[in-house]
Amino acid sequence: MRPIEQELREFVINNFLFGQGGDGLSNDDSFLEKGIIDSTGVLELVAFLEEKFQITLQDEELVPANLDSINYLVGFLQRKLLTTP
Amino acid sequence: MQLEEVLELSAERVPNKTALVCGDRRLTYLEVDRECARLAHALMASGVERGDRVAVYLDNSVEAVLSIFGILRAGAVFLVVNPTTKSEKLTYILNNCRARTLITHAKKLDLIRSCWEQTPHLESVVIAGGVPPPGRHGTKQVRSLEDFLAEHGPSDRSLAKRCIDIDLAALIYTSGSTGHPKGVMMTHLNMVTAARSITQYLENTSDDIILSALPLSFDYGLYQVIMGFLTGATIVLEPSFAYPQLIVNRLLSEHVTGFPLVPTMAAMLLQMKGLGPGRFPRLRYITNTAAALPPAHIERLRAMFPNTAIYSMYGLTECKRVAYLPPNQLTIRPTSVGKAIPNTEVYIVDERGERVGPGTVGELVVRGTHVMKGYWERPEETDRVLKPGPLPGERVLYTGDLFRMDADGYLYFVGRKDDIIKTRGEKVSPREVEAALYSLPEVKEAVVVGVSDPILGQAIKAVVVLAQDATLTERDVMRHCAARLEDFMVPKSVEFRSSLPKTSTGKISRRDLDIPVEAS
Repeated sequence: MRPIEQELREFVINNFLFGQGGDGLSNDDSFLEKGIIDSTGVLELVAFLEEKFQITLQDEELVPANLDSINYLVGFLQRKLLTTP
Repeated sequence: MQLEEVLELSAERVPNKTALVCGDRRLTYLEVDRECARLAHALMASGVERGDRVAVYLDNSVEAVLSIFGILRAGAVFLVVNPTTKSEKLTYILNNCRARTLITHAKKLDLIRSCWEQTPHLESVVIAGGVPPPGRHGTKQVRSLEDFLAEHGPSDRSLAKRCIDIDLAALIYTSGSTGHPKGVMMTHLNMVTAARSITQYLENTSDDIILSALPLSFDYGLYQVIMGFLTGATIVLEPSFAYPQLIVNRLLSEHVTGFPLVPTMAAMLLQMKGLGPGRFPRLRYITNTAAALPPAHIERLRAMFPNTAIYSMYGLTECKRVAYLPPNQLTIRPTSVGKAIPNTEVYIVDERGERVGPGTVGELVVRGTHVMKGYWERPEETDRVLKPGPLPGERVLYTGDLFRMDADGYLYFVGRKDDIIKTRGEKVSPREVEAALYSLPEVKEAVVVGVSDPILGQAIKAVVVLAQDATLTERDVMRHCAARLEDFMVPKSVEFRSSLPKTSTGKISRRDLDIPVEAS
């Protein structure tokens, strides 16, 4: 498993699934559709990303296409980390 | 006037105007009206009688709106269940009102199945979201929405009115002080009165385009649709506020003129980094209710939306809305919720029920046609809040909210008489969360309080004493609660103690918990 993916899965499972149910979480699952993250959960996710990966997310980056599944997050972070000095 | 007529009259007046926008679907008034009529015919043909309760358990969607108005047109009473409600509470609500039919979405099917055995009154389940018809399950008829509508054919037959305006239109469930939710009974007259009053002071017209991301289970969200239809405006319904950037894009692309918020949404908008002033020249008004906006947030909202009127409002489900502050008073009295809405009277009483003058704190009492009929089959709780008014037979609403009035008659919220917590704009009875905590065998004692939070207003905190030799972590407790309670009711933190302070009668004393008001 790629380390970024592992970090993200751990965070989502610990914080939004309270440590259980990770086996049922597919990397393609939409956090919103599956009810994993509620409306203020995205703020917690963004705070985690900014601190953990030392990046700053712009408003226009805060969209489901970047953040709403493990796979979207991995793809977004890989692009973001490439362009962040 | 009956509630469904807000739709029917606009469908006659402005048939080709866009009534509803949801995702990439756009429906005109005529289309919404026809679809609702089809659903009404189908409901009636399936055996739904005047006054029967029909539950809607859907996210904000076209189907949810069609369901509400289809149910009304069938002469039945609708209730919208919060889409994050879990099986136990859904079962309770369905049984409490003996709902006959449930309209839901395919993705909720697993959860619905888990309460089939325990809901004897529920005869029929209608499922939106395009799954093959699951057929019969025990005594229950389960059909897809498409099949349900198709079974009864296209229908242009007019529907005879089955109700009058003092009949019930809706049950709106709110968190109850006994640990179970209670259904607020609203008549057609109650709801039309409230919608008329609010659209009057917001000066809504058919030119308005209102964007709402509030759930339809929340009266504030529900009324956006009712008020929009009443005035022939356009409603843009969003399923979630989780991504404020999407909401901002939508405000711009749909040229939105009206934008209802709760303080948590305002705080999320204000967190956005690049939202400069003046981006929304078309936005005519913002409303806020459910909890007060902090004065600092009012200032920043005014800067971000310089051409937009900001309305601070106050209300409760039991009568929908009570007061609003005219926007020109916002800088003069930023902490006031204003005066009574049109066609409403309010006054403040002391503990003996005597009216008090300016400056004195007392309980706010509301008089008007929008005051509910009571809580569904809860006469004792009803009698605690609805008490005789000035006219024979009249009942006025004791809000349980403590207020004071200034010399000019403006109202200021002081606090609650009970322990109700306001989080993310939703009312939460600590008893309901405590009941979930006590269902853990490891929990010996539990108490739930609200602590101040910059985004949520109040965050729910559980304080727990474990049984001897029991081991539980904070996450265990939160996971247990998340499986039983709606998202907004799940504690954000759990503190373990060896004992809880008690009053002289042995009850847990919230006051002596010694929890700092500010969250760490």
